[in-house]
Amino acid sequence: MSFNWFRYSSPQTFYPLAGRLAPFFWIAAVALTIAGLYIGFFVAPTDFQQGDSYRIIFIHVPAAWMSMFIYVVMAGWAAAGLIFNTRLSSMMANALAPTGALMTAIALWTGALWGRPTWGTWWVWDARLTSELILLFLYVGFMALHASIDDPRRADKAAAILAIVGVVNVPIIYFSVKWWNTLHQGSSVSITRAPSMASTMLLGMLVMVFAFWAYSIATALTRVRGIILERERHAAWVAQLGTE
Amino acid sequence: MKPRHKRFALVAGGVAALCIAAALILNAFNSNLVFFYSPTQVAAHEAPAGRSFRIGGMVESGSLQRQPDGVTVRFVVTDTAKSIPVLYEGILPDLFKEGKGVVAEGKLEGDGVFRASQVLAKHDENYMPPEAASAVEKAQKAEQESQRTLVLDKSAARGAENKP
Amino acid sequence: MQWGSVGEFIAMGGYGRYVWGAFGVTFALMAGEVVTVVKAHRASLRRARLFTKRGDDR
Repeated sequence: MSFNWFRYSSPQTFYPLAGRLAPFFWIAAVALTIAGLYIGFFVAPTDFQQGDSYRIIFIHVPAAWMSMFIYVVMAGWAAAGLIFNTRLSSMMANALAPTGALMTAIALWTGALWGRPTWGTWWVWDARLTSELILLFLYVGFMALHASIDDPRRADKAAAILAIVGVVNVPIIYFSVKWWNTLHQGSSVSITRAPSMASTMLLGMLVMVFAFWAYSIATALTRVRGIILERERHAAWVAQLGTE
Repeated sequence: MKPRHKRFALVAGGVAALCIAAALILNAFNSNLVFFYSPTQVAAHEAPAGRSFRIGGMVESGSLQRQPDGVTVRFVVTDTAKSIPVLYEGILPDLFKEGKGVVAEGKLEGDGVFRASQVLAKHDENYMPPEAASAVEKAQKAEQESQRTLVLDKSAARGAENKP
Repeated sequence: MQWGSVGEFIAMGGYGRYVWGAFGVTFALMAGEVVTVVKAHRASLRRARLFTKRGDDR
């Protein structure tokens, strides 16, 4: 019982831990991106219907998955901050929001560039595209709400409620292609059946998914270190850090 | 009640309220957020009459014709049960093909022809190299062929039985 | 490998604008975010040092 699980939930212990972990994730992100791009452009074959335009999938799908996943994790941290009143939880939520917003923007941008040559349009107001756009608004709303309240603790609470409310949008995005008629096609990869992709294409996509994971973790860890310093400025340990 | 429990109860209550709200919104969504109507739905008068809407389905094989004016195309959208003829003037997307998915926006005229103002291709979620695609196609054709010969065999057998 | 030449690779079977537009903007945005988070952390560290020295919030 010597290991205390709550040890790392204090900003003081998490700050150096994040500093030690971040480099590994930066390296992993770069290495996996290089591997993923190599497979995506040089190993994976041309698609039978879409030609080479389908190669956008190697960033579109990882970004879209991360946009949803980061939101759930962000809302989880925000909720933990609201319930247990732990300082680090809210800081983690704040560190994840910009990366999540970026992933959503990338998913929308790459989707537009993919939709134009294949569907014949940059944008349609179908359920999948509309709900993903709502996700971007939720991220932006979360950051704006937090920034608009001066007292950080009150800002945490208000933003957390918005984040928790917004979670309902995530299953809507995911299942929109099943629940409604959409222009967007169904999922190529699902847990209930075999993926409908050639194996090298699938491999390239999965490697890029892990690259985006590593990237998101690395940016969130680096960003949370800055946030910790800003918000723990009055703490003795930060003062000590400042004299080093 | 401790403050922490109170907060937890508040959060739980909030989440429950939100779930109910979400269910209501989804329900509204379900009846309004229809991106396109299938030919069967159009035949059943589920599509809005007198204003623009979208139809979706498959481009019937062999139905695509370019009109004599050179810019208008005519094709049939089908969901295998019902079908609607479509007239469209403009550029078709790269993935527009006979036997593939399509979504067309426009108006259904009194003559039963859908005048489209925009045609979008709806592709599926299958990705494979061309060689694999042709192999799949061959396999499907072979299967259909074997089913047909099976049917022929059966009818031949039946024919033989019927003969005295 | 399906590319006969560099030109073919850049053309992406006629979809070059779309493919490179997607990849280019994505990695530009990501690089921008990396620079921003690293700079922000350094700035916070500097402010923390200043705060310790002067003991006020500026």
